[in-house]
Amino acid sequence: MKYLLLILLLPSPTAVADEEVYTLLIKDHRFQPAEITIPAGKKIRLLVDNQDPTPEEFESHSLNREKIIAGKSKSTIYIGPLTAGRYGFEGEFNAKTAQGVIIAQ
Amino acid sequence: MLSTAIIIFREVLEAALIIGILAAATRNISGSRRWLVAGVITGLVGSAMVAASTDVISSFADGIGQELFNAMVLGIAVFMLAWHNIWMSSHGKVLAMSASTMGNDIREGRSETSALFLIVGLAVLREGSESVLFLYGIAASEAGGKSAMLLGGLSGALIGAAVGYGIYAGLVRLPVRWFFSATSALVLLLAASMASQAAHFLIQADLLPSLAAPLWDTSTALPEQTALGMLLHTLVGYDSHPAGMQLVFYVTALIIISIGMYLASNKKTWGK
Repeated sequence: MKYLLLILLLPSPTAVADEEVYTLLIKDHRFQPAEITIPAGKKIRLLVDNQDPTPEEFESHSLNREKIIAGKSKSTIYIGPLTAGRYGFEGEFNAKTAQGVIIAQ
Repeated sequence: MLSTAIIIFREVLEAALIIGILAAATRNISGSRRWLVAGVITGLVGSAMVAASTDVISSFADGIGQELFNAMVLGIAVFMLAWHNIWMSSHGKVLAMSASTMGNDIREGRSETSALFLIVGLAVLREGSESVLFLYGIAASEAGGKSAMLLGGLSGALIGAAVGYGIYAGLVRLPVRWFFSATSALVLLLAASMASQAAHFLIQADLLPSLAAPLWDTSTALPEQTALGMLLHTLVGYDSHPAGMQLVFYVTALIIISIGMYLASNKKTWGK
């Protein structure tokens, strides 16, 4: 715990770099856009804007990311740097409709 | 209904496995059952509170509050599991061998049971809050088939709990000389896999570098969505796309706790 806290207190060298921001909407349990193209080898900031009244979990095993986005709220997820390829993601709470893919190229 | 069952199953499974292993590991410590139940109830109450304040937690620290919260909960759990295992290394053998506990051990067992309370409470809190949010989403949605989905959730929870009970029942049937090593090995791996998950959240929050990401990709050979993948994820921290930093945390936790256990078991009179 001690060293965990220490890490949190240290100024993060990566936080100052301003990553490019991509916006992803969640509406009617669907992602808009369902396909996002980002540059490979660069870290980006994904701003997820959940416009549904219900919470959603952004989940991707290939991106190694999972985050709950409360209903009617916005949240940030850092992604990458990625090697070129396709990375699927889904809204775990509504996986039937909430499907998307990030394409790094 | 099936998808609902699977999601709830996944959440309940993690907590149930942790509870099952700890219930077995502490079965000879007086009062451990009570603390275990208290942990589950507190965790359930807490998870409803966490679920209700998701948006508040998320907006902390420039939108990375959720990652910090998860990493902190996991961090505390890792330390409690480490402490539990080190404590068991010095006292557990005696406790496991004799059905009755000695007066001296009861007093020390008390602090051990409060660690148990915390570990179980935090495990239920983390998995429970996700389940609560998911079920809230179902209840709030306009779509039909609500009762079928809730039924699915309930069956998922029951199957998850059954697996947790299964590991408990399996462990307590082990011969005494294997029982101790088996439970401490499982607790050790649980702690290491939680350390790796904590690193995962700190990387996601951009507070830690990922080092190599992914270190390997075994998603085609053993996807995490399969039953075996899920089981291994909880028990040994299996990840199909881990970041290098996760492995660093995993191995560091393994080594530090092992050293602590080794020192404690070689100093039986330690602290007296």
